[in-house]
Amino acid sequence: MNEQEQQLLLEIADDELILGWRDSEWTGIAPLLEEDVAFSSIAQNEIGHARALYELVARERGITADELAFDRAPEDYLCAQIVELRLLDWAQTIARHYLYEEADAIRLERLKQSTDSEIAGLAAKIDREEAYHRMHAQMWHERLQDEPRYVSALNELRPLLEQRGEHTSELGQLLEEMTMVRRSQPSGTKW
Amino acid sequence: MVTEAQVWEALAEIPDPEIPVISLVDLGVVREVNVQDGQVRVDFTPTFLGCPALEVMHDAMADQIRALGAEPQINVCLDDSWSTDRITPAGREKLRASGFAPPAPREAAAPTLVQLQSNAHRCPYCGSTDTRLENIFGPTPCRSLRYCATCRQPFEQFKTI
Repeated sequence: MNEQEQQLLLEIADDELILGWRDSEWTGIAPLLEEDVAFSSIAQNEIGHARALYELVARERGITADELAFDRAPEDYLCAQIVELRLLDWAQTIARHYLYEEADAIRLERLKQSTDSEIAGLAAKIDREEAYHRMHAQMWHERLQDEPRYVSALNELRPLLEQRGEHTSELGQLLEEMTMVRRSQPSGTKW
Repeated sequence: MVTEAQVWEALAEIPDPEIPVISLVDLGVVREVNVQDGQVRVDFTPTFLGCPALEVMHDAMADQIRALGAEPQINVCLDDSWSTDRITPAGREKLRASGFAPPAPREAAAPTLVQLQSNAHRCPYCGSTDTRLENIFGPTPCRSLRYCATCRQPFEQFKTI
């Protein structure tokens, strides 16, 4: 696996890990019980995808997936700004979900064509699971598409899909929270 | 000396950690077993990548193999080789008997919302197809929630993967 492929897998893994964390923030407080269940499940899937992608890159680099996921400096993460934001507004959350899933589908479709059979195989597996996320996002998009609040959320968030390299101030805080147990009780994060 | 058949038999005794009515072999997560010089290699193809039961399955398989007096090597296959189509006919029947509607067969294209919302899904309790989708997501990543209008019973439907 060349450096460019590793960077691409890391970019996707970082997006999925950070978005998974943000999605999990709806657990217990989503506006509908069904959505509490849905976002918790989606979060779990996204973090599972991140982990599998980190595993492939970690093996190339002779380190562990956890080290890649948790021990890098904030500026070394490759995620897009759209996944970093802590959104506590439902219209914005659905707008991000819809935009992200649409963009992720295009990226996965390309990855499935990779000449590296391991990368292509993992992309195919991830895509099978993402199909259910896309259905969920589509369902909400159809329901909200004429709502002005939702439309303006789409317009505000869309440019952030492409914003990589520079991070928002929210990423540092998220990483602090996410790695708290690992930093204070490293043995607590071992299986 | 341990044989492959003994390993398959031992693995068939391990219940799925979240749906203990079916075994790991019924679930189709064991892709291959290879025995060589007291070393047992198992190719394990995980269900959903975010499933928290994967570690439990992994360790349970290693323990069973050690109990046979062999050294386990569990090889995790991160590809598209697990599908709900790999659940054995016996496994599907056990699922249905415990109130989980077995998954529809996988198609080349990804499933669509229209398919999920159609009434082609049979209630595992009364057999009626007058059922509706309540939630694409359920208590674990592998399940959706449906409701049967005939026997007025909610039930869990395995997602097709």
